[in-house]
Amino acid sequence: MTPSTDSFEEIESAVVRFAGDSGDGMQTVGERFTDSSAFAGNDIATLPDFPAEIRAPAGTLAGVSGFQLQFGSRKILTPGDQPDALVAMNPAALKTNVDDLPEGGMLVVNVDSFKKMNLTKAGYETNPLEDEDFRKKYHLVELDLTSLTKDALTDSPLKPSDKARCKNFFALGFMYYVYGRPLEPTLKFFSDKWSKRLPDLAEANSVALKAGFNLGDTMETARNRYQVSKAPVQAGLYRKISGNEALVYGLVAGAKQANRELLYAGYPITPASPILEGLSALKKFGVKTLQAEDEISAMGMAIGASFAGDLAVVATSGPGMCLKSEFIGLASITELPVVIVNVQRGGPSTGLPTKTEQSDLMQSLYARHGDCPLPVIAAHSPSDCFDCAIEASRIALTYMTPVILLSDLYVANGSEPWQVPNAGELPLIENKFANPDEEFVVYKRDPKTLARTQAIPGQAGMEHRIGGLEKAEDGGVSYDPENHENMTHLRADKINGIAESIDPISIQGDSTGDLLVIGWGGTYGAISSATKMLQDEGFAVSSIHLRHLNPLPNDLGNIIKSFKKVIVPELNLGQLSTILRSSFVTDIISYNKIQGKPFKVAELREEFLKHLS
Amino acid sequence: MSSSTTEEESLTKKDFVTSNDVRWCPGCGDYAILNAVQRTMPELGIPKEKFVVVSGIGCSSRFPYYMNTYGFHTIHGRAPSVATGIKVANPELSVWMITGDGDGLSIGGNHLLHLLRRNLDINVLLFNNRIYGLTKGQYSPTSEVGKKTKSTPAGSVDYPVNPLLFALGSEATFIARTTDTDQKHMIETFKAAQAHKGTSFVEVFQNCVIFNNKTFEPITGRDVKNDQILYLEEGKPLVFGQNQDKGIRLNGLDPEVVSLGDNGAAGETELLVHNPKSPNAAYPTLLAQMTYPTFPTPLGVLRQLEGRETYEESVVGQIEASQAKGEGALQELLTGKNSWVVE
Repeated sequence: MTPSTDSFEEIESAVVRFAGDSGDGMQTVGERFTDSSAFAGNDIATLPDFPAEIRAPAGTLAGVSGFQLQFGSRKILTPGDQPDALVAMNPAALKTNVDDLPEGGMLVVNVDSFKKMNLTKAGYETNPLEDEDFRKKYHLVELDLTSLTKDALTDSPLKPSDKARCKNFFALGFMYYVYGRPLEPTLKFFSDKWSKRLPDLAEANSVALKAGFNLGDTMETARNRYQVSKAPVQAGLYRKISGNEALVYGLVAGAKQANRELLYAGYPITPASPILEGLSALKKFGVKTLQAEDEISAMGMAIGASFAGDLAVVATSGPGMCLKSEFIGLASITELPVVIVNVQRGGPSTGLPTKTEQSDLMQSLYARHGDCPLPVIAAHSPSDCFDCAIEASRIALTYMTPVILLSDLYVANGSEPWQVPNAGELPLIENKFANPDEEFVVYKRDPKTLARTQAIPGQAGMEHRIGGLEKAEDGGVSYDPENHENMTHLRADKINGIAESIDPISIQGDSTGDLLVIGWGGTYGAISSATKMLQDEGFAVSSIHLRHLNPLPNDLGNIIKSFKKVIVPELNLGQLSTILRSSFVTDIISYNKIQGKPFKVAELREEFLKHLS
Repeated sequence: MSSSTTEEESLTKKDFVTSNDVRWCPGCGDYAILNAVQRTMPELGIPKEKFVVVSGIGCSSRFPYYMNTYGFHTIHGRAPSVATGIKVANPELSVWMITGDGDGLSIGGNHLLHLLRRNLDINVLLFNNRIYGLTKGQYSPTSEVGKKTKSTPAGSVDYPVNPLLFALGSEATFIARTTDTDQKHMIETFKAAQAHKGTSFVEVFQNCVIFNNKTFEPITGRDVKNDQILYLEEGKPLVFGQNQDKGIRLNGLDPEVVSLGDNGAAGETELLVHNPKSPNAAYPTLLAQMTYPTFPTPLGVLRQLEGRETYEESVVGQIEASQAKGEGALQELLTGKNSWVVE
């Protein structure tokens, strides 16, 4: 055990994980710890990890919910490979998480829950807290959380069972003490959320939080406290943002920059539902949200709204994408703009609905009948979802096409500090509205972008029909063989031409070297961190992270040629690797993980190193 | 939106005809329905550019190509979704959805159910020919049990769905039936559908001359129609027959056909009087269940419920109520309530 001191030990970063029953409020305390760390000026990255069952039987392994965050005085790109401190609210939480805790790590346990029944449910034959080897292995802090919380709330009018439920905030208060976190943001959260409706609850949670903090102060064992200073970041206005929140804001901004109304149609699905919920709360921005009867209908509603002139958006996850695919083909052949968001989760089928994966790339590129290429882009971090939503809107409206925007569960649920953009400086988005003074020809194209123009129902003199049948330039149905070939080429060329409008790839590191790491989507933080570590160690390794997956950027081929080896780490069986091999006829090393978990920095570093020696 | 047609320029049928060759089979009932719609629209007082005709897939769904309005030929069964998106995006448009018994009640049954219960102000014309025509003659969800088709050589074993009962079960506020054999009745019915605020569901008996010819002949045939069709008129007793000498009376909870006049036992006062505005679903259910050959087949408006808000009104209403308290400012949204400044 570390000798206790009264002073703070300065550390550069720390990783804390809260784990408990899915009803224990672990996501809430994780969120609060994040807010408090953001308030303290640290950089942060978070990883919520929860089961598919809302409330699996209490105390079981299946019901364990966790939240990990890393905060630091340096740039933080991932939620951390392994926790420095683990809070385990019950034996099941201990069992499912303790293997990740390194020897000597701080382990805070709620002793009250280590009773025979809970131990049995967690599969422990004996109480691990009574095992001497176990006790020596970690910096163990045993708290009677349930009774301590009840004692602290003696004067509260809450029912005893409700008092016990405040124990998560007691534990949080204790951890705030250990890491010197400010209490203010959390106290404000209680007040904002409950002071009007449930003032007793707001008060009880505040008391429990403070009691936990004060316990740290009086408890010998917790006297080694850590200090994590402010991260050096660019001056400016910051906030904390999650991927799904950033996406919602980006869509609102995209519609505004295009001067169109925003219509969102969705069907509830994990992990995309927060987008439907988030936009539904923005009626004052004129956002129309429709909860459709199914995934198919949501896509149809969006297509109808697009035909009628709105910026139309859907968001779903893999299973919903399967259902939408026939309609996506219709949007492609009628050349209507729609932003289609896929927040990926583990598949196939219902798969791992609450775990992350990036295995829908091939689906995005190809899962439609006929030759039907579409633009595909992917967000690499929570805040990047904002920029990607605007970029997807730009491509959709400027090129008159459906666009697939890939997010993933890790990006969607994770959060990080975000420098708030100036709304007045966002780029304007060009629409392709038909000129009412000219004769309207439905599929007449802009010679540069090959985009058609759009006449909106209600505009006199431009009445026209569109549909799923192949058509000639004038919009009339055509079964002419050469016309079909020509139209198929035109639609494909239009999509390929989008590459002309995208920025050059930014390379992390030198533009030549021994190893190039190519990533996409939510693996950005782990890839960048591992690359940076090896660069600091003197290796000639660089990384690039692709936002545009179709069309691929025009400068990608030359970058690939400038490195001796290329490796593509992906949370799938090697989907981008396959695309790159066929696009550039080159050898690509594929490194894959399909466990529903993000990459760890250490495992990537180790793998990259193998190809550098 | 740009300029709209001025009221002085009155529209005629030919304004709604496209240059496309109509490609339905000669003798198809769709021609008569197309004619009736093209004759109805000019009389509605709506500028041509405000009409949008939306369809799914099937013979009937080729309809938009033949209408010189905005039109969208979508995918099989899904026209209700696209029509919903159009109507919510712009509630000013007059949206007409064309579907068939296969498109609307088989592959698209789910969407039709939700369109009807949401009560968007859309007119739905369901062409019922009791057969799959475009795929060359398989039985449909309205085909009678035992129907022999290419896919059911021993006769179909599916019990058919009654489109009117489906609409009732879906909480439709306007339910009507008409037939391709009666131009005047179709036009009247389509006008009533447009006049109704909410989703108007109209079943049109339509003859498929190739794969299910004369399926409605025992009801709508020239020689039998007067004895087989019960024309519904609001406030009028349910009377039918060549000599208007038969009526419908309630016997307990069941309707029965009774003879009127000298030879009959019943007087008109005993007959049911047509009230499409009754909120009680039992009455239109009773009408919808009256089928050949036991009963005359009702044509006209079975149900017209007033007062239920339309979906698009509610969606727009919530937005307007929210914006009345102040429109959203993007910068405020992006900044949020818990931002901090790094100096």
